[in-house]
Amino acid sequence: MNTPLFEALLRLGDDRLVLGHRTSEWCGHAPILEEDIALANIALDHIGQANLLLGYAGTVEGAGRDQDALAYFRDAVEYRNALLCELPKGDFGVTIVRHFLHGVFSVLQWEALSQSTDPTIAGIAAKALKESKYHVRHCGEWVIRLGDGTDESHARAQAAVDQLWPYTGELFMQPADEASLVSAGVSADVSALEGAWRAQVSDVLRRATLTAPEGVWMQRGGREGRHTEHLGHMLAEMQIVARSHPGAQW
Amino acid sequence: MTTMSPVADDSARLAQFEARVAADESIEPKDWMPERYRSQLIRMMSQHAHSEVVGMLPEGNWITRAPSLRRKMILLAKVQDEGGHGLYIYCGTETLGVDRQELVQQLLDGKAKYSSIFNYPTLSWADMGAIGWLVDGAAIVNQTMLAKASYGPYARAMVRICKEENFHKRQGYEIMATLARGTPAQKAMAQESLNRWWWPSLMMFGPHDKDSSNSDELMKWGIKRKSNDELRQRFVNLTIAQVKAIDLTVPDPALRYDEATGNWITGPIDWDEFWRVVKGNGPCNRERIEARRRAHEDGAWVRAAAIAHAEKQQRNNRETTERQQ
Repeated sequence: MNTPLFEALLRLGDDRLVLGHRTSEWCGHAPILEEDIALANIALDHIGQANLLLGYAGTVEGAGRDQDALAYFRDAVEYRNALLCELPKGDFGVTIVRHFLHGVFSVLQWEALSQSTDPTIAGIAAKALKESKYHVRHCGEWVIRLGDGTDESHARAQAAVDQLWPYTGELFMQPADEASLVSAGVSADVSALEGAWRAQVSDVLRRATLTAPEGVWMQRGGREGRHTEHLGHMLAEMQIVARSHPGAQW
Repeated sequence: MTTMSPVADDSARLAQFEARVAADESIEPKDWMPERYRSQLIRMMSQHAHSEVVGMLPEGNWITRAPSLRRKMILLAKVQDEGGHGLYIYCGTETLGVDRQELVQQLLDGKAKYSSIFNYPTLSWADMGAIGWLVDGAAIVNQTMLAKASYGPYARAMVRICKEENFHKRQGYEIMATLARGTPAQKAMAQESLNRWWWPSLMMFGPHDKDSSNSDELMKWGIKRKSNDELRQRFVNLTIAQVKAIDLTVPDPALRYDEATGNWITGPIDWDEFWRVVKGNGPCNRERIEARRRAHEDGAWVRAAAIAHAEKQQRNNRETTERQQ
């Protein structure tokens, strides 16, 4: 039986690993060279955060698994990321809107976790907070540009919001097994972040002349390992070399 | 008052320019320069920038399959650096009075060249090692020389870029060294990759001096300071020692050490292959340009949105200012 802290760290780490991986798929193919560099930077930040979080998860688990064992030798059903993170990268609009929606959540989460009573988590959160603030600024500006730009960019940005919105609710569903961690000040209650998230997201969407869908069913399952079909394909690619050479050093 | 005829004027300027180059002075964007110097620099610098950008593709091909998180991060950072180098050199080229969009369009139209090495496919993880070690290693040998080029903006760009390339080369060699001392399958992967990249890496220095059409002029104007063959020899000497240190071999049965010169002498390079790839028939020429075109076309709506938004902002700002007056 996994401990609540191990599970909580997987949720944090897997979000960043999967989202970082998806973003890294852009490398060399972005709309402009400047954006290629920016997206690589955002991907790098996420994978760097995952590296620290999964490394700590391995330590907490105490079963001899390091970050690479956790990243490369778990199957999709063992991943704990939110579904939002694993959806295919889509067009530039989907990529940017997703980073914005998840980034605003991340900033709020890191702000709360930088006060964690667990010093390792607090340290990682403080570092990640600076990175996520930059991601939100960068992607938020693009959301406005795309929403306000041309008819086509507006339509694509709105389609991205419509596609991704049903996956945002899961971010704020507080897992039951984290209650003791929250009361001990180790973890943060994500359900408490939703109000601030909505306010910030609504402000940018309004400036981008975009609208958030209302009354949609919020998809869920990622936190329990019930994923979309996309994650398995992503992991198949990500894990192929490592799994072809079990026990090898790289 | 005496007036110089334009011809005499130009020949005096040319003499002065060549004297400055001969005295190792740096030529700066606003200085007078012969048109041919300008066009040769634009050709070289834009080819260099294109090479950085196209060079993102073969390595980008393995970012999603890197076998550890550390390797994934290093590779992402490396490819990101290459994008940065491309941007930096495009900006440097713009100091010569040419627009980046125009240069990019030449690449997309298949009219501009880029380093032929990137027309080879990346087939295994070991290729990330071989490219960093050999391709970036060869580039460093070339760029260390270019860091002393007569055109200031290019030389300064090369100083900065060389520092990062050194990191790229080290990480590549470290990948190969790790594989070479790994499992038998890993070592075989490293050797197979070295076999494929060795000869194309030697070709990166261009044709033999006697067959290099641009070399004389570039040397005269201090854009290049060493010949293709000199640079290639330097690279071979440096690299053979590194190959031996990790217990791999180069695919060249004729390779021998020449006591008299202290040089490693390679067997003949297959120049037919070189020209075939340069002329567009390498394994990936079409795919590389196609990938760049697709990225450009798929991104058109994004660039249009950025321009439209900026224009709306300008208009709004202007209207606000007018209302205030």
